[in-house]
Amino acid sequence: MTDVADTLVLTADEVVATAARIGREVLAVHADAVDAGSRFPAEAVAALREVGLLGALVPVELGGLGQSLETVARAVTELGKHCSSAAMVFAMHQIQVACLVDHGHTPVLRAYTERVAREGLLLASATTEVGTGGDVRSSSCAVEVTGDSYRLRKQAPVISYGEHADGVLATSRRTPDSPPSDQVLVVCRTEQTTLEPTSEWDVLGFRGTCSLGFVLTSTGSVEEILPVPYGDISSQTMLPVSHVLWSSLWFGMASAAEQRARKFVQGAARRTPGTLPPSAARLAELAAVHQQFRDLVEGGRRRYAAARQDPGSATSVGYAIAMNTLKVSASTLVVDVVQRSLLICGMAGYATKSPFSLGRLLRDSYGAQLMVNNDRIHANNSQLLLMHRSEGT
Amino acid sequence: MDETIRAVLRDNARLPGDVDALRPDDDLYRAGLTSHASVNVMLALEDAFDFEFPDALLKKSTFESIAAIRSALESLDVDDPNLAGR
Repeated sequence: MTDVADTLVLTADEVVATAARIGREVLAVHADAVDAGSRFPAEAVAALREVGLLGALVPVELGGLGQSLETVARAVTELGKHCSSAAMVFAMHQIQVACLVDHGHTPVLRAYTERVAREGLLLASATTEVGTGGDVRSSSCAVEVTGDSYRLRKQAPVISYGEHADGVLATSRRTPDSPPSDQVLVVCRTEQTTLEPTSEWDVLGFRGTCSLGFVLTSTGSVEEILPVPYGDISSQTMLPVSHVLWSSLWFGMASAAEQRARKFVQGAARRTPGTLPPSAARLAELAAVHQQFRDLVEGGRRRYAAARQDPGSATSVGYAIAMNTLKVSASTLVVDVVQRSLLICGMAGYATKSPFSLGRLLRDSYGAQLMVNNDRIHANNSQLLLMHRSEGT
Repeated sequence: MDETIRAVLRDNARLPGDVDALRPDDDLYRAGLTSHASVNVMLALEDAFDFEFPDALLKKSTFESIAAIRSALESLDVDDPNLAGR
């Protein structure tokens, strides 16, 4: 494969514009087929790889685009307007890349990060495990080290697009003697990994993420185990980055719905100049919720960027609560915006083949509250609030 | 003070191993302290020593070992209730 990012020096706005173009020209074209067939959005990933966007977060000296999370989040919003599944694959990949960039400070991992950028490798994630009840901060599988190589076998209830990824970042106990909470994050390269499917993926929405369950078996160098405890990777990078990117994606979906509702009302207004269509007031209400959503998402991006500058605030209880709240709020707002849009578009939105069709977006939007269930996040925040002491924040 | 801290850990840390076998510098997270259990440890310490942690000390590293907890309590001039009145 050729070096995809070598000749590219893109500004943040160019990266976002490129994502918007690929969204219009590629994601939008294949979104219905991806949804109908519950199939991997291969065309979208190929197009994003082609322009180096899979390495957007990787520093320039390692062959990436050296972009900030804010820029990637804006790109995710653009993609989310056209195909929720492809945008989610892109977002999940970026979360893994962020973990590697922030915490993969060994020569072997740096070299791998460079490959991710230069070859456009696609990374997936295996954080949940059969038997741990969805608690990602608990593992039962363990890394077994012999000499300088590791071996890992994990029963993963979900590895989104696992069959299409070039590598999987998997959590496990540090050693066979470690307690469930003493976890590490391991890079499992496809060439040294087997994935045996244990389930199918035929669900209501985000159908193109192909989130099957697998038994993962992998071997590799001990230097492919990230040297930082997973708890730190999770709180400093994986969790806040996930919530920034997911909320940005859901905002893109909401924006697509809002735009359809707006065009619908404007079309109705054109037919009756001088008289406001009955749905115009609903559009005004929708615009208020949509703006609230925008401000929430942009505020989350700013909070993340500020915490990067101030390590003290990045480990504070208030920051953890705020980043959890971002996910809970955004995942409910997306449903609110899409269903308000449906009410405005009426039967034209309910129809499966119309310019105002909202069926796929509605189905996708309900997934947001389930992927890392909001109940679990509320439970975490309930704990954190017991130790939240600062005033007024 | 270490004994009171150990008593709090025995009752609240839910470690798979024996708290008395831990050395002061042993990493409690590696010993199995979860983030949920660490909140209970914090609340129980506040109850046992009758004080409140300030926001700045409510971070993972404050609870990473018996020595770290002792050092946090000492930095706040917290008195050990088991020694009070002697």
